[in-house]
Amino acid sequence: MSLDFSYAWKTLTDSWPMYWYGIKITVLLAIVGTVFGLLIGLVVGAIRGIPEDPLDTPFKRGLKKAGQAVSWFYIWIFRGTPMMVQAVFFYYLLRSVLHWTPLTAGMIIISVNTGAYMSEIIRSGIQSVDRGQIEAAKSIGMTNFQTMIHVIFPQALKNTLPSIGNQLIVNIKDSCMLNAIGVTELYFQATSIAGSTMRYIEVYFVTALIYLTLTTLATLLLDWIEKRFSGVKSYKEFA
Amino acid sequence: MAEKIIDIKHLQKHFGDLQVLNDVDFNVDKGEVVTIIGSSGSGKSTLLRCVNLLEIPDGGEIVFEGQNIRSLGSKVSKYRAKVSMVFQSFNLFNNMNVLDNCTVGQIKVLGRDKKTAQEKAMKHLKQVGMAEFANADSTRLSGGQKQRVAIARALCMDPEVLLFDEPTSALDPEMVGDVLDVMKDLASQGLTMVIVTHEMQFAREVSDRVIFMDKGVIAEQGTPEEIFGNPRQERTKQFLSRYSNR
Repeated sequence: MSLDFSYAWKTLTDSWPMYWYGIKITVLLAIVGTVFGLLIGLVVGAIRGIPEDPLDTPFKRGLKKAGQAVSWFYIWIFRGTPMMVQAVFFYYLLRSVLHWTPLTAGMIIISVNTGAYMSEIIRSGIQSVDRGQIEAAKSIGMTNFQTMIHVIFPQALKNTLPSIGNQLIVNIKDSCMLNAIGVTELYFQATSIAGSTMRYIEVYFVTALIYLTLTTLATLLLDWIEKRFSGVKSYKEFA
Repeated sequence: MAEKIIDIKHLQKHFGDLQVLNDVDFNVDKGEVVTIIGSSGSGKSTLLRCVNLLEIPDGGEIVFEGQNIRSLGSKVSKYRAKVSMVFQSFNLFNNMNVLDNCTVGQIKVLGRDKKTAQEKAMKHLKQVGMAEFANADSTRLSGGQKQRVAIARALCMDPEVLLFDEPTSALDPEMVGDVLDVMKDLASQGLTMVIVTHEMQFAREVSDRVIFMDKGVIAEQGTPEEIFGNPRQERTKQFLSRYSNR
């Protein structure tokens, strides 16, 4: 059997509504997963990356230690097991309690999974910020929280922007694992089309091209964002 | 008798087994310019960093304007704003331009509105000769320019005391003069300053009092004339002789 390009074009146009539906769900999962994963990552990464302050009260220090233990456990579980297994396990475990649809479950699981990776990215970003920046912030009277918000986070985010963007690309592709719980994303749709036409090679060839198009568009978008953020500001003279 | 603004007694600090400060008594009067000299590892930077609690002392007490700051707890950040610090490595906020470096503390810590903060920032940037760089990216300045902005940032907080931790040690020789000129100007305006430095000529010109530290203790202190002209201690003489040959 060989690849028939004219049939590939035919399946794309004939089954376009099904592909298009899958594309929309895949993009939704990738964006939701990356955005909420980043939010989770900011919180968990901050808990793991915050430098100890010797002036903390014993209570505060205990709270930080507990937060770090919980964060460590979360990352250990969600980075250490495949997302497909997480999806199937949690979907069925919580279905009778939450009565969630596969799509809702899929969006939550991809977010929580991405959050584990984002946490490590943010933590490394926080730790890459020069200690002198923190001392300078303290020396003008900023609290730990103000230092975090105004000085550390902006620099940590800028340093880790490429890695954060990389998670979007990963999520466009890895969202296909959520087909295991019946989320009708691109791969799920491709399987349906292939099953009814029996033209596996052409259908998955088209599917691969669609994924490649999506990741290429995402790459171009990320390049643009990165350029804007690293902003080589023009050297304006102050009038 | 001048009013004591900082009064430190029996200060102790260890890093592991190393005793960095050993029972140091140290005080600063309002309006006084004190320079601390001594070889590397003598404890002079650690003493300065203990004053605003960037290092936490292991023992002793620090009294600022009559208040023991080691009992401040969470109010320590308010205290720190009153004793701004200028660092050897400048530490301008890399994510902000020059103007924002000077306004962020005023707005977030002192609660000033943006306009007031910017006017104040421009005033001090002008004072250090950096007003025309207000919109410049802080990472693109030269060392000397960065340090002058750092001084302006500290001044914007209206500190009671300004601490300088070897402010010219990381600068190219031709930049040192610019920064020292700014500091001389501040000293002449009656600002209370504590300066850790290796610039002996500068220390001699600008100080009301010079402190020589050696091996974690204050070995000798006095007026610049006493310390540079007629040191009593053998180790002070030895230390200064290394500079006089230059």
